[in-house]
Amino acid sequence: MIKAILIFNNHGKPRLSKFYEHYNEDTEQQIIRETFHLVSKRDENVCNFLEGGMLIGGSDYKLIYRHYATLYFVFCVDSSESELGILDLIQVFVETLDKCFENVCELDLIFHVDKVHNILAEMVMGGMVLETNMNEIITQVDAQNKMEKSEVSLTLFDIYS
Amino acid sequence: MALKIVKGSIDRMFDKNLQDLVRGIRNHKEDEAKYISTCIDEIKQELKQDNIAVKANAVCKLTYLQMLGYDVSWAAFNIVEVMSSSKFTYKRIGYLAASQCFHESTDVIMLTTNQIRKDLSSPNQYDTGVALTGLSCFVTPDLARDLANDIMTLMSHTKPYIRKKAVLIMYKVFLKYPESLRPAFPRLKEKLEDPDPGVQSAAVNVICELARRNPKNYLSLAPLFFKLMTSSTNNWVLIKIIKLFGALTPLEPRLGKKLIEPLTNLIHRIMSADRSVYIPFLVARVRTKGESMSVLKYVKAMFVFVVKYLGLLAMSKILKTHPKSVQSHKDLILQCLDDKDESIRLRALDLLYGMVSKKNLMEIVKKLMLHVDKAEGTTYRDELLTKIIDICSQSNYQYITNFEWYISILVELTRLEGTRHGHLIASQMLDVAIRVKAIRVFAVAQMATLLDNAHLLTGNVQRKGICEVLYAAAWICGEFSEHLDNPTQTLEAMLRPKVATLPGHIQAVYVQNAAKLFATVLKSQEGNTDSTAAQETSQLMIDRLPLFVQSANLEVQERASCILQLVKYIQKLQQKDVEIAEEVIALFAGELNPVAPKAQKKVPVPEGLDLDAWINEPPSESESEDEQPRAIFAKEEPKHSRPRHTEVDEKELAKRREARKQEQANNPFYIKSSPSSQKVYQEAPGVEHIPVVQIDLSVPLKVPGLPMSDQYVKLEEERRQKDRADKKKKEKKKRKEKRSGRGKRHDSGPESEEDITPAHMVDIVTEEMPESSKQGQNVCLCHFRLSRPLADSEKLPVRSHRAAEVLKSPAQDGDAESAASQEPKKKSSKEKREKKKDKDRDRKVRVTCLQHYSPPPSPVNDIQGNLQDGSQVVVSVIFENKCDSFLKSMEFNVLDSLNSKLQRPEGSGPHDGLTVPFQLPPGVSNEARFVFTMQSIITPQKLKGTLTFIVKNEDSSTHEKLDFKLHFTCTSYLISTPCYSDAFAKLLESGDLKCSSVKLEGVVMPFHHLLARICFRHHFSVVERIDSCASMYSRSIQDHHVCLLVKTSGQTVSIDAKCDEPTLLGNVLDEIKQTFSQC
Repeated sequence: MIKAILIFNNHGKPRLSKFYEHYNEDTEQQIIRETFHLVSKRDENVCNFLEGGMLIGGSDYKLIYRHYATLYFVFCVDSSESELGILDLIQVFVETLDKCFENVCELDLIFHVDKVHNILAEMVMGGMVLETNMNEIITQVDAQNKMEKSEVSLTLFDIYS
Repeated sequence: MALKIVKGSIDRMFDKNLQDLVRGIRNHKEDEAKYISTCIDEIKQELKQDNIAVKANAVCKLTYLQMLGYDVSWAAFNIVEVMSSSKFTYKRIGYLAASQCFHESTDVIMLTTNQIRKDLSSPNQYDTGVALTGLSCFVTPDLARDLANDIMTLMSHTKPYIRKKAVLIMYKVFLKYPESLRPAFPRLKEKLEDPDPGVQSAAVNVICELARRNPKNYLSLAPLFFKLMTSSTNNWVLIKIIKLFGALTPLEPRLGKKLIEPLTNLIHRIMSADRSVYIPFLVARVRTKGESMSVLKYVKAMFVFVVKYLGLLAMSKILKTHPKSVQSHKDLILQCLDDKDESIRLRALDLLYGMVSKKNLMEIVKKLMLHVDKAEGTTYRDELLTKIIDICSQSNYQYITNFEWYISILVELTRLEGTRHGHLIASQMLDVAIRVKAIRVFAVAQMATLLDNAHLLTGNVQRKGICEVLYAAAWICGEFSEHLDNPTQTLEAMLRPKVATLPGHIQAVYVQNAAKLFATVLKSQEGNTDSTAAQETSQLMIDRLPLFVQSANLEVQERASCILQLVKYIQKLQQKDVEIAEEVIALFAGELNPVAPKAQKKVPVPEGLDLDAWINEPPSESESEDEQPRAIFAKEEPKHSRPRHTEVDEKELAKRREARKQEQANNPFYIKSSPSSQKVYQEAPGVEHIPVVQIDLSVPLKVPGLPMSDQYVKLEEERRQKDRADKKKKEKKKRKEKRSGRGKRHDSGPESEEDITPAHMVDIVTEEMPESSKQGQNVCLCHFRLSRPLADSEKLPVRSHRAAEVLKSPAQDGDAESAASQEPKKKSSKEKREKKKDKDRDRKVRVTCLQHYSPPPSPVNDIQGNLQDGSQVVVSVIFENKCDSFLKSMEFNVLDSLNSKLQRPEGSGPHDGLTVPFQLPPGVSNEARFVFTMQSIITPQKLKGTLTFIVKNEDSSTHEKLDFKLHFTCTSYLISTPCYSDAFAKLLESGDLKCSSVKLEGVVMPFHHLLARICFRHHFSVVERIDSCASMYSRSIQDHHVCLLVKTSGQTVSIDAKCDEPTLLGNVLDEIKQTFSQC
């Protein structure tokens, strides 16, 4: 199971936080800070796995992260997930974002966090991996966006008719 | 109205949307909190408006603020409002917000049940999808219970997109509502073989998570997974399956052998592909015997690849089962200690723990000590320190052969700066000194040096700092003071003024042990003729102790003043030339033996005494207070005084004991396993039972000053060589003796583990495992046995307005009433597959029969039809025994019609019944399948049938008959098939289709409900929907196309339909009409 998915930038500013277990808002912020502290002090060329977040999980959980330019993508998972599998999933996530936003950058995530959530929802559901095939994810996301668009035009139509 | 909408939308244009909010926050870096609070006020205003678009926008912003750490639970109700919007756009915003901030204690969750249910059955797959995603985040036990059945239905949805989500969410439902596991499991199992890889992967995922909790239940699935493993190419599925096998193999050893080959194949396949590193790691999890060597080969290869971390992780998994094979890679692992990545170093440390043996312990620890010196960063150094101690002390110091070496390691560790583990070192010193008697002389010498150099350690006075070591040092020197070389000097060292800066509890130990030392010193000095020396010592005590008497710490103060008075008294006696040493020493007489924490259990309870039983009424509180002091002594009363009295005493005693127990339980100051209470029991008769092994095997070796532990490595080597030489000599002797008798005896060869004799023995105090092992949080989920057939009470709750499916009205005697089959309860997985090739499409139709007849409680037969393609139809019938008697010898027979025949085994006549291959105990249901051959499917059919069976009671058995009708409607031959609008248009244009239409009056339900109903009950799928008009499509099992155009205006619904088979179309339309006339 995945316990949490966090995206924050090089300064620890959260860009997306998704907890699959309930914490109150203060604890969530604390977890983000702690995770940032742990992850940011590691070198670029060391491994992507980290144990010992105190607040989240405990000994069975580990942090699996990737650093892309200005953003850290961190997954907190338990031992039933494969480390490399999750690394791969992060890659798929980022590539999907890249496709959906066309050359994704931090600004996209800042202004469209809701869209990022929607994309994530097609990959991970309730802490379990739903889909790892990028094309499938993009198809579903596009279909939903299309539906949203048609609804918007419909609303406008309603107003002016 | 229109004006209002326009006004609302114009307002909206001036509202801030999410982007504006983010921009605003970025522009107000200095007063962010203030800006956000004004934004929240605006949002509150927006939420008060009627316009759902405005509300949705506000909720969207709240979701963002929630991420920044603002509590938005106050808007929970508004979130529910947005969730229930009919527009997908808003619904999605609502569900996202809910998934981010709802949790079990959110009270508005109760309000969502019906909304979620509505969304789950929405004709739009994305409405359903969004609801499932949201639900997966905030499902509560109540929601799980209420919605379990709806979700289960979705598991057989036609769209794989919904199926995979429904399958995945079932795990969450199981967690919250474990009772749903058993009824849902067969369906879940079915999904393992779903044609869609996504659904398959979801099912594997769920079963793996379940198996983590209780693997035993899933052992029966092993063959299925085995098949999947060899056929699947999806890496995710493979990973999960291999993890699952990892959990299963310990339970079923044969599985391991079977797995070797496919796993090796897999590895080869994957090694050659890009994902070179995925699987080797996983393989390691399958802990089987024959396999470990080959696995290790791959793990080693991984070091060549990048993934050191995973290699180490894999090794630690192997280590648990095959320690020997990993030990050969010691050097590799030691190298990893030099890695600059902390994660890798910590993993390597973990491995070392399992790798040590008597042979290599010293070497490994020496390496670690080097690392301790080099390590920067206190966390890592502390980790190293604890690991060294863990490694050495594991399983009762099993691997330590020379305790002098260990003590010197501990002493060396005290030189670490800024460590937080002083208490750990201290407790080790105490433990070793108490349990290894032979080492005491050496330990005391070391500790005395430590005390002498205390100033080096006192720099760090912080709690748990290294000064804790002095606690141990002082105690050891005091307790075993007879071994001290120069007690006077040590006494002096312990009474230095500097000591007053130490933490209170250490000072207390200092004072107490100074007294012990004093006693020893007196003893040695009184033996001399010169009595002045003894008097000087007393004077020293009297001079120094007042320092402690002034201590702020009560414990120190009390001990010091007590001892001061004692010493003053002794001094008085000394001046009168009285020999006092013996008496002073008597104060501290008696030796402390190690006692296991559970040792008290070993003391046998006197026969006939049940400590837990109430003998008298529970005593009142005041009573227990009165008796408490007496009870303590009562325990030591001799039991065998006079037989008549004994009984009374026994009772009385137990009562008192009970009273005392209560008192102790309520008394926060009573410490249950205090050493003093154990001491009392040592005097008790059962003390021999305490497993204390005491073997002294001393190697007296005096090393003055602080020795380096390295010396011991050398010494140890020498000692072993000597041992070996001795042994060889002996062996030679033996050989000489035996040469004449027997042939050759094999040489002892290289030194084996057992050959290394420890220099000292530890008092091994066996600790028993606590009886109740800790259990996982979801105990209940593990307790379900999946193999047991479903009991009626376990059926998932079905929502009430569906109850139409099960006819509750009792029919007349002997005659069965068949329900209309238009209620398809479950649509099973249907895929867009190759049309012609695949004939195995199946769909379930529910035909419910109910039977009531007077004498015995009636069995209700629940029949589910399961139709297959072409001319063959499989009907699965669920037999459920609802009466209290045992049913057996069931025979199922159907009267064939021209069109449809029940397939009977070859050689049987056309009127013979089929034997049902099971018997039914009361309350049990089971399923049997029967194959029918159908000629034409264009008209509905009713088949009459009978079920004969024997009802067996305790005393009698009667033959009974049950008539029923199987009703095949035309609808039940339809399969909801997705169709794209362009294909649909082509189909209509083709002109092969005949037209027909029907008008329904007085339909009051909303349009999307109407569509949902048609989809649901008649197996259509919506192709396109434009406002109040929708086109729908379905296909029969014999490939007839059925197209509908549904329009609504007011309460009138008109359906124009086209189909290439007019009879079929007419019947389908009739059935649709019937559906809507019923409501």
